[in-house]
Amino acid sequence: MSYLADVGTLARKDLLLELRSRDTLPAMLLFVVSTLVVFNFSLPAGSADLAAYGLLWVAIVFTAILGLTRAFAAEREQRVLDALVLAPCDRSAIWLGKAIAVTAFLVLAEAVALPAFALFFEPVSWELVAAVALADVGLAAVGTLLAAMAAASRARELLLPLLFLPLVIPVVVGGVGASVGDDPGRYLGFLALYDLIFAILSWASFEYVVTE
Amino acid sequence: MAALALLLAGLALAFYWVPDAPLEGFRQRIFYIHVPVALTAYACFGWAAWKALRLLSTRDQRYDLESYTAVHIGLIFGILTLVTGSIWARTSWGVWWSWGERQLVLFLVLFLFYSAYFMLRYSVEPGPRRASMSAVYTLFGVVLIPVSFLAIRLAEGLIHPVVFDRDVGSNLAGSQLLTFVVCLGGTLALAAALYGNELVGKRVDERLRELREALE
Amino acid sequence: MIRARGLGRSFGRKRVLRDLDLEVGERDLLLVTGANGSGKSTLLALCAGLLAPTAGELEVVVERGRIGYLAHEPLVYRELTALENLDLYGRLYRVPERRERIGMLLERFGLWDARRRPVSSFSRGMQQRLALCRTLLHEPDLLLLDEPYAGLDEAGAELLDAELRSLAGKRALLLATHDPARVASLASGRLALP
Repeated sequence: MSYLADVGTLARKDLLLELRSRDTLPAMLLFVVSTLVVFNFSLPAGSADLAAYGLLWVAIVFTAILGLTRAFAAEREQRVLDALVLAPCDRSAIWLGKAIAVTAFLVLAEAVALPAFALFFEPVSWELVAAVALADVGLAAVGTLLAAMAAASRARELLLPLLFLPLVIPVVVGGVGASVGDDPGRYLGFLALYDLIFAILSWASFEYVVTE
Repeated sequence: MAALALLLAGLALAFYWVPDAPLEGFRQRIFYIHVPVALTAYACFGWAAWKALRLLSTRDQRYDLESYTAVHIGLIFGILTLVTGSIWARTSWGVWWSWGERQLVLFLVLFLFYSAYFMLRYSVEPGPRRASMSAVYTLFGVVLIPVSFLAIRLAEGLIHPVVFDRDVGSNLAGSQLLTFVVCLGGTLALAAALYGNELVGKRVDERLRELREALE
Repeated sequence: MIRARGLGRSFGRKRVLRDLDLEVGERDLLLVTGANGSGKSTLLALCAGLLAPTAGELEVVVERGRIGYLAHEPLVYRELTALENLDLYGRLYRVPERRERIGMLLERFGLWDARRRPVSSFSRGMQQRLALCRTLLHEPDLLLLDEPYAGLDEAGAELLDAELRSLAGKRALLLATHDPARVASLASGRLALP
């Protein structure tokens, strides 16, 4: 029980920080809408309607990267992670709290992006909404771990997309499949499987990223 | 040396002994290089992950160098897989690249993934933290292989209609199987030799650096 | 409580600590002195378990979460208020009677009136006082203090003097400073890093 209390404390702290500084979520919202507008001009007239769904997934992944580069900014600037690591709570709670906050930001960004997509391009199906929700969990799980790694490196913002993109290609496959495929259930199942595998892996390995 | 001999023997078998494949003729022989090289790359990545797991469980720093060297050799064989696969695609279908070929697409993903691994190592100070971060990333890699494979299979039917769907490994004749096994043994032995060589070299480098520091 | 044999640590090619032997008992106050870059901070981070040794052995016998670590940075969130920061650490470090303990510390270090202001508006001295509150919050068994007087005005320094006097002889302390005269009378030992 104290584990969940720790996770709650840490996640609430991240949401409070965002409420105070407002430097991540507004940037994500603006970015995802700008990307959709750019896509309008990058899709030549007469290209298949389905292409728009593919581009939506590109927008989602890149918005996630934008949010993740800021995920450990507050901890890194002040080395706060040192004090968190020394606390008696399980280190994976730090990861889970952060991943929950990242998921919340992604969900909020897409709460704007999906209606905008429906307005500008194609209708949004329930399968697409479910796929986006499942994808958010996977993106946040893997992304939070990799963001902690990137924060400890010299290259930081530069490194994160390089580490992140090869790992989330399966999410894009699942997401696009669920949006345009004949059998969305299969792709939703695949996304859920991805979430499960990589959430467990990230949860178990976070401790090794923040300690020596 | 033994590794090279085995590999040469396999190649000789592949070129002079095995009869031409009924449909593809001479071209099909690249299969005896391409597939063993790919399997060897998987073996290297798997070995790297095993060493990474050992590092995380014991925190013994010497596993870091072993895991890193295995990824290094694995990446070399991965690039070879891409090159031979590309040649195969050219000879079979007249294009240098085919998104319909699962193995090739998977190796492109892995190539990007393990290149990022090198970027990670270069941008973190050497030390225990870098060792454990690299190890965690290596473990992600070995999980990514089957997940990506599944994803690429799912994507195939969806985005790129499967035109050339042939399972080459399924019905091999006796002579083909023997040649294949010899080639596989050859590439594995070559990888092991390179791994041992590289490891010795890197260890010597490290020792030299330590000695130089001790003298300062 | 701390025992080191041939302890060494390098960062990349740079060797910061080498071949250090050390012994600190449960009620010792060890002064760590040395020039900038002599490895004082590295030694404290090693004892905290934030860094791993690259040579030799280090044994620190203390329960998880029973270390108080004061670093160069205050290790607090700048956008949160003093109270929010201490409340966060109070929860994570499982401090009993959290509110009372936090109120008492804020009062003692003269931050009570500033408790609802974000840390980013604090002066360097106030940040150091807050960092001391954070370090002492969970009444740690082992205190690792890196230049605790840095940034403090005379009033703040006297508060810290009093705090150290009450802790000396009761807890294990490692205190890194380049001005050892101030606390020399309390120290049970001294380690001069080359």
